[in-house]
Amino acid sequence: MSSFSVTEPSPTQKWVAGTLVALYALVALMPLVWIIATGFKSPSDAIAYPPKLLFEPTVEGYVNLFTTQTRATPEALAANPPETWYERIVAENNQTIVGPSRFGERFLNSVIIGFGSTFLSVFLGTFAAYAFSRFKIPLKDDLLFFILSTRMMPPIAVAIPIFLMYRAAGLSDTHAGMILLYTAVNLSLSVWLLKGFIDEIPVEYEEAALIDGYTRFQAFWKVVLPQAATGIASTAIFCLIFAWNEYAFAVLLTSGQAQTAPPFIPTIIGIGGQDWPAVAAGATLFLLPVMVFTILLRKHLLRGITFGAVRK
Amino acid sequence: MADVVLNAVTRTFGAVTALDQVSLTVPDGGFVVLLGPTGAGKTTVLRMVSGLDRPDAGDIHIGGRRVTDLSPAERNVAMVFQQYSLYPHLTVRENLAFPLKSPILRTPPAEIERKVRQVAETLQIAHKLDNRATALSGGEMQRVSIGRALVRNPAVYLMDEPLSSLDAKLRADLRIELKRIQADTGATFLYVTHDQIEAMTMATRVGVLDEGVLVQVGSPREIYENPVSVYAASRLGQPRINLLPADLFAGAPPAARTIGLRPEQIRQGEGEESVVTRVERLGDQTRLHLDFRSHAIVTVTEPHTPLATGDIVRIRPERPFYFDASGARVP
Repeated sequence: MSSFSVTEPSPTQKWVAGTLVALYALVALMPLVWIIATGFKSPSDAIAYPPKLLFEPTVEGYVNLFTTQTRATPEALAANPPETWYERIVAENNQTIVGPSRFGERFLNSVIIGFGSTFLSVFLGTFAAYAFSRFKIPLKDDLLFFILSTRMMPPIAVAIPIFLMYRAAGLSDTHAGMILLYTAVNLSLSVWLLKGFIDEIPVEYEEAALIDGYTRFQAFWKVVLPQAATGIASTAIFCLIFAWNEYAFAVLLTSGQAQTAPPFIPTIIGIGGQDWPAVAAGATLFLLPVMVFTILLRKHLLRGITFGAVRK
Repeated sequence: MADVVLNAVTRTFGAVTALDQVSLTVPDGGFVVLLGPTGAGKTTVLRMVSGLDRPDAGDIHIGGRRVTDLSPAERNVAMVFQQYSLYPHLTVRENLAFPLKSPILRTPPAEIERKVRQVAETLQIAHKLDNRATALSGGEMQRVSIGRALVRNPAVYLMDEPLSSLDAKLRADLRIELKRIQADTGATFLYVTHDQIEAMTMATRVGVLDEGVLVQVGSPREIYENPVSVYAASRLGQPRINLLPADLFAGAPPAARTIGLRPEQIRQGEGEESVVTRVERLGDQTRLHLDFRSHAIVTVTEPHTPLATGDIVRIRPERPFYFDASGARVP
């Protein structure tokens, strides 16, 4: 047991700390603010130099992001006047909407593949980590090293073999294939992270539950899992961030059906000129799920629930 | 309730023999206390009986049934851990109800509520039922962990130094309370402690463990009055038995190397001279620290003795214990 002497910081210390935090936040949030702001600029404002800090906000970027457009002559537009607000925005650029863009589909693919692989990585990782933490396993250290070693090569080094294998196995451009791939990559992370968390949960709790009349699985479920919630939540966030942002494999292995948002967003640049507001709009929306997911799990990220009930 | 029989139980951890051919019977309704210092194998015995650990050799029977290969749940034992092991994510109430809700017991909610309340009142934690298990003092945690065992009606209660972190008053209260519960319900207890007062006051039988070997089993009085070795003699008695070279006093048997003198085995006022080095007045008794031919001796004298440091006291051994070179008792 160690003891700490905690003294209330002085007003000056608080002021200095507050200023430092605020300065850091300003620097750290700058790119985010830039992306979000660009999403609401008109194309000309977006490339204006010097950059415009104050501008007239427009949702043109978002409309462009979600729609497929084609050029229309003023005569055609006059003959077929725009009816909705978004048609009117498009019409100002002498364009007309011919249908939705692919962004919705690609975004949905990202959700399915990102969350699917995150769930699988954490689910399998928790069981594997528990086994590695609690049971006598022959060659345990070697197995753990092997699991970690899958992470050692850069993706690009294994991309071609995986591409060939996926083509042969019929997994190219499928949701299942991408979920499998991201799960495989994330498992090393989740097993190692979760093993660390589970190692820290004293085995006495499970022993108490075994004595109290529960099976090992029930003890795992009712006693270990609630205490591992912190670790599971942070592991899930790491896995999701990787799967969500992954670019290299997604470019290589998906083209249509299972394409995720990261390889899709850059293609917007090519559609109808350099439409930076549409790209920024896509990036902004793309940020949201991980942000929401992290905020939802944040209470589990606060450590401390397991401290104190086992005497050391 | 049931009896517990250990039959030549052996357990090794690597090169260390934690238990060596331990045979012990806890009779139905008996209160057996295992005594020994840290590392003697006391906790290992409890883990063997509970099923948390399996013996390398030997058998364990509970209530006449061989349980050696059964899981803890199948053995129907309750255990109080030395480190409390309260479930930190649950409240006190949920901790106490946890064993009752197990798939083996499946107690109805009304019954759970009744038992939890009853145990909480016995252990004086009723006002803390809705606290988180982590928001308790050490003594309260220990009481909850005792309560978690007491809500059940198991074949045997296993307790691993359950009173060790309580303050003196609560320890005395709970000692009496546990003994009362045992007497009222006829429960079987296997109890580990290194507190000799607990052993002396609660045990029907005491087992003395020395590095995994059960060196003596008997009633507390037998062990106190008739120890088989230096080691067993040192387990009980306050102040501790005085161990001196046997030839310091006349009359030692030839094989004796050590003479053991409990306070009541030192007759004061006759025999040879010793010098008082210190007088400790404890209220109900007074301890005399003596210097006898450069050997320190601690004994007890009447509470209001006029003796002071530097005084001369004559002492003589009276029916002392003699031990040989290996520490075994010499008759």
